[in-house]
Amino acid sequence: MSELDKFAPSPLTPLPQVGEGNEVKKLKVATTSLAGCFGCHMSFLDIDERLLELVKLVEFDRSPLTDIKHCGPCDIGIIEGGLCNAENVHVLREFRANCKILIALGACAVNGGLPAQRNHLSLATILEEVYHAQHGLVDGFIPNDPELPLPLDRVHPIHEVVKVDYFIPGCPPSGDAIWKVLTDLLAGREPELGHGLIHYD
Amino acid sequence: MNQDKLETFTLDGQPIPFSAGQTIIQAAMAAGVYIPHLCFHPEFKPHGSCKLCTVKVNGRQTASCTYFAQANLVVESNITELNDERRALLQMLFVEGNHFCPSCEKSGDCQLQATAYELKMMSPHFDHFFPDRPVDATHPDYLLDFNRCILCSLCVRASRDVDGKAVFALSGRGINSHLIVNAESGNLVDTDFSSTDKAAHICPVGVILKKRVGFAVPIGQRRFDAQPISAQPLSKEDV
Ligand code: SF4
Ligand code: SF4
Ligand code: FES
Repeated sequence: MSELDKFAPSPLTPLPQVGEGNEVKKLKVATTSLAGCFGCHMSFLDIDERLLELVKLVEFDRSPLTDIKHCGPCDIGIIEGGLCNAENVHVLREFRANCKILIALGACAVNGGLPAQRNHLSLATILEEVYHAQHGLVDGFIPNDPELPLPLDRVHPIHEVVKVDYFIPGCPPSGDAIWKVLTDLLAGREPELGHGLIHYD
Repeated sequence: MNQDKLETFTLDGQPIPFSAGQTIIQAAMAAGVYIPHLCFHPEFKPHGSCKLCTVKVNGRQTASCTYFAQANLVVESNITELNDERRALLQMLFVEGNHFCPSCEKSGDCQLQATAYELKMMSPHFDHFFPDRPVDATHPDYLLDFNRCILCSLCVRASRDVDGKAVFALSGRGINSHLIVNAESGNLVDTDFSSTDKAAHICPVGVILKKRVGFAVPIGQRRFDAQPISAQPLSKEDV
């Protein structure tokens, strides 16, 4: 028995091995970046050639990788970034409504991260500083185009708004940590990050 | 040490020898067994406040840093029930303050973080308070980032009991508890704090930080990056 097999099965049924003549229904995965920097997505790409392994097992729905604009029914949703504006909340709810398993990927999704460091300041103060008061701004105005999503008064981690099934902390989490959680889930194991893979920095 | 002469208690089934006057956590540490802890430090009188070190002694929960070892006690520590409660305590500490590890100089050397890794804290679970706690950067050599204070009182004890000063104190009660410095202005620069104080080197988290040495050791190559906290008991590293 391998080190990994001792954990309880996850809600996913293990995928059969892909082999000749064995038509496997691929799992659907959606990803998005909310109030994040795309660093977690870059780290996801850091699984390198294992991506080829992964695309044998999954297909991507809404994701910056596919440019599909809305999330359909999915097995796994991966959220990078916290919630800093109203649109973030809509996207997060769309993911939660469509994904059987929702994963918070990275520090910002897990605890608000760097954007949440504005939380001790009032939104008005920040907008004033950025658009009016800062040195070098002449006739600055606070953007109010109706197309622009309204900022929230505070940045929130995603678990404060929807139920989140799994968390991968880190800024960003390593490609290895992401790979470990995904392969655990795909194999029907409860994801587990050991020493060196669990990191908050 | 002649272990035959020492009496023992059991910790998770393992016999642990102890000498008179040792607490459970001291005896466990001496035997190389890790019990999670934050406010305990082998050089100081216990404070008994963080409750991370809670064990079950003959079936009842108690802080192992304040409970004297006695012969034949049955002590449980590394069990699901206690680890779940310890994780909840950690989660409360994280959401009460502002712990943004990626931008913290203490990351990788931090006992709070390392203990959270040890106990597999994957998320903060609770809603964050995001409190407003301004940094005190008045002192020429040190800064105080109160955002990360876990009120362990180690700096209070070090300053009072070792340095013979009283630079730090805990003030307020309950959720209003906070660390203060002993100056009318409230600023560190107006105290007799100095970089050679024991209190300057005791903080288990990233509050009392030396200036101008930031990130001298890169993240990823720090103390708890090398080995988990359970594999390097405090007694060996710091005493
Ligand atoms: S004190 Fe520790 S837990 Fe808090 S931010 Fe710094 S490294 Fe993270
Ligand atoms: S400043 Fe550090 S040592 Fe002092 S009480 Fe806070 S966490 Fe403990
Ligand atoms: S270590 Fe015992 S209560 Fe904190």
